[in-house]
Amino acid sequence: MTNQVLQNNICLHAEKMSKIYPGTKALDDVSFDVYKGKVNVLIGENGAGKSTLMKIIAGIEQPSSGKIFMQDGEVYFKNVNDARACGIGIIHQELSLFPNLNVYQNIFMSKEKTQHKIGLNNPEHIRLTKIIMEKLEHPIDPTTIVGDLRVGQQQMIEIARNLIQDDLKILIMDEPTSSLSEQEVHVLFKIMRELNAEGISIVYISHRLEEIMQIGDYVTILRDGKFIDSSAVADIDISWIVQKMVGKGKSYPQRQQNIDWSKHEKVLEVKNLTLPKKGGGYLLQNINFNLKKGEILGIYGLMGAGRTEIFECIMGLRPEHTGDILLHEQKLNIHNVTEQIERGFAMVPEDRQSEGLIQTMNIGKNISLSSLKKYAKGLFLNTHQEETSIDNEINAIHIKVADKKLPILSLSGGNQQKVVIGKGLLTQPQILLLDEPSRGIDIGAKTDVFDIINHYADAGLSIIVISSELEEIEAIADRIIVISNGIKTAELLKNEITEDKLVMASYEGHTTASAV
Amino acid sequence: MNLSIKKSSKKDNHSLTMTLLKGRTFIVLILLMVFFSFASSNFLSTNTMLLLAKHVALYGILAIGMTYVIITGGIDLSVGAIVGLCGMVAGGMIQKGLTLTFFGVTLYFSVPLIILFTLLIGAIIGLLNGIIITRFNVAPFIATLGIMYVARGFAMLHSNGATYSNIIGNTALGNTGFSFFDSRLLGIPVGVLILIIIAVIAGVLLKRTTFGWHIFAIGGNERAAKLSGVKVNKVKILVYIFSGVCAAIVGIITASQLQAAHPASGEGWEMNAIAAAVLGGTSMMGGIGTIGGTVVGAFVIGVISDGMVMCGVSEFWQMIIKGVVIILAVIVDQFQRRMEAKIALQARNEAKND
Repeated sequence: MTNQVLQNNICLHAEKMSKIYPGTKALDDVSFDVYKGKVNVLIGENGAGKSTLMKIIAGIEQPSSGKIFMQDGEVYFKNVNDARACGIGIIHQELSLFPNLNVYQNIFMSKEKTQHKIGLNNPEHIRLTKIIMEKLEHPIDPTTIVGDLRVGQQQMIEIARNLIQDDLKILIMDEPTSSLSEQEVHVLFKIMRELNAEGISIVYISHRLEEIMQIGDYVTILRDGKFIDSSAVADIDISWIVQKMVGKGKSYPQRQQNIDWSKHEKVLEVKNLTLPKKGGGYLLQNINFNLKKGEILGIYGLMGAGRTEIFECIMGLRPEHTGDILLHEQKLNIHNVTEQIERGFAMVPEDRQSEGLIQTMNIGKNISLSSLKKYAKGLFLNTHQEETSIDNEINAIHIKVADKKLPILSLSGGNQQKVVIGKGLLTQPQILLLDEPSRGIDIGAKTDVFDIINHYADAGLSIIVISSELEEIEAIADRIIVISNGIKTAELLKNEITEDKLVMASYEGHTTASAV
Repeated sequence: MNLSIKKSSKKDNHSLTMTLLKGRTFIVLILLMVFFSFASSNFLSTNTMLLLAKHVALYGILAIGMTYVIITGGIDLSVGAIVGLCGMVAGGMIQKGLTLTFFGVTLYFSVPLIILFTLLIGAIIGLLNGIIITRFNVAPFIATLGIMYVARGFAMLHSNGATYSNIIGNTALGNTGFSFFDSRLLGIPVGVLILIIIAVIAGVLLKRTTFGWHIFAIGGNERAAKLSGVKVNKVKILVYIFSGVCAAIVGIITASQLQAAHPASGEGWEMNAIAAAVLGGTSMMGGIGTIGGTVVGAFVIGVISDGMVMCGVSEFWQMIIKGVVIILAVIVDQFQRRMEAKIALQARNEAKND
């Protein structure tokens, strides 16, 4: 029999889990142990496969291969209900509450208590909700509409939802503290310890390294979908984690090091860029940077740090921002995207499918869409001129296309990305903004994309690249600024860049923010 | 060797099926014509055909405006009501003139001016639709539903629900000639000529101008279109104005053909227009559609209703058959989309293997 007996102190063992999405391997042969009554921390960069692994254990996604064992032998989760029946609960990174319903409805959704099998037993719901919220030190009125609560309070509801499960064995928490205040984090940690004492195991995903040292018992590190190392937290320190997270290996075309950028013309300058968050706080706070002609500026940071928002401000998608954006020393009054494109800005957005491509249009039209006005003679399009430009662009950046009239979805991810980049380049921009240009494409296409970026920078185009992959941004950028929690925490010249510095700086914003 | 032949013949099969699928509405139209020509002996006569075309022209023009709107991912439920209101405006101006109570005079305008004014009314209502949808973020279904009631209400108010009958004008007042839209030029009904002109203009605008491609882009992926520099709100407003103007034209033609303006005319026509667009392959999800397809779709509906009338099929059965045809059309449409996706995926895999 393949049924393997788990050691006594392990309550779940995932054996050689793999998950393949079209084009990428999100999880590659990863084994993972959950220690009973302990806080098991999972850590890795964006896209390392943490969330995928957790989704599989919680039954939200099914593995392409691999097995899960619990105390009673092998288990298989077809859906969330199967996992729940085995005592596994998950708290999502993005809240999955019903903002239109009240607190007790949220907590008891699909676990309703009934009277005579049909009627809802709401008095019982309210009673139990009160008990559980007392325990969580958040005595919220059970009839409050959840949408009216603060995010921190909503997080508590999400936790409460999992706690009412009778036989909870494992609770997965995917970055639960990212929206909590210091005090709320304190309460959360206390609750986690109480749950541990009751024998409930916790799987904890976080980006805050200090927190891991404080609350974690065991730590497992993933990188690029692969298992890297694991250890008891008592035996390690932060720099060990950083080193393992970063890894070594891949190589990308490197930029020249010995260029004196101070002699180059300043093309873009951003001064005191501040973007308020809806409902208080800031998405960006006093960001300052500049961009030289022909330079590649990297922006590094964790997801949600405010990187994309900088691009959105520059492109005119965030009219509520304050601060100055200067092009060639001239202050810009930014109203909308069309105007910014005419001024010589082009952006390649992060999410290719939802923001980059028009899926119903063919390859050629997707390339020419931003520059159509250039080919209009009076009312009509000069089709000949348009098609020549499209062909030139396809050749210039080596898009592998059999026929430009084919649907855009007939291309591979890498070539689709080149089409989006081609669309930007065809507007003949002075400044190109690339948001995670290598996301979701294979290694060969990545190298191609970086060759394109290098080539155009050498030809005098100024480029800003957002990336969360360290080796990548290290190789491609002449200079890197690090954004953390909406604050610029570092600016490093080519010869100052080290991966440790980047990673440290990308967490710095959180510590300073929580210290305030 | 054997394998490669198999592969290519499979490909040919695919492309043949695709061609048949793409031309399906046209094939259905021809099959229907053949069927009715057997079922009713004088169906294929020139006169029947011209009469049919005259009927089709009305919701064909509406359907062209509707196609634009649907390609952007919206819907315009107000067109039927605009037909009614614009008919009343034109009819009223001919029969009652425009009374300026303040000056105590009644002005009568010439027919071209009346037409211009009526078209302007259609454009303004379209503009209103567009502004409500873009500036106030109201879903197109709701916005145009509201305007549908408002426009119908104004049509009723215009005459307190009464019909302006016998609107032929008066030579002494210099406002005759409204019956032009019911006449024939070179033997072809003027309504049909207008349909042809609008179809050609709309087709060229859609395929050959920046404006047209921006319409496709918005329906395909509004966010990506915006990020590509398309002025989404402006294009959407223009599209609703175009739909409003098309409806105003239909209002004028209807009033002219009946020589009367009835405030309830055009009721439910928006549904015929939507059906014609959908039959013609316009995707309700937006981003896909052609003017040619819509015109063929309008003729399919026309042939079904006129043909069945000639065969003596009851009006109630006509409704049932029309409903079934529309649903079948969309099911086939879905089939075609899936097949296209499959072919695209295949091409992608082949490119990978090469």
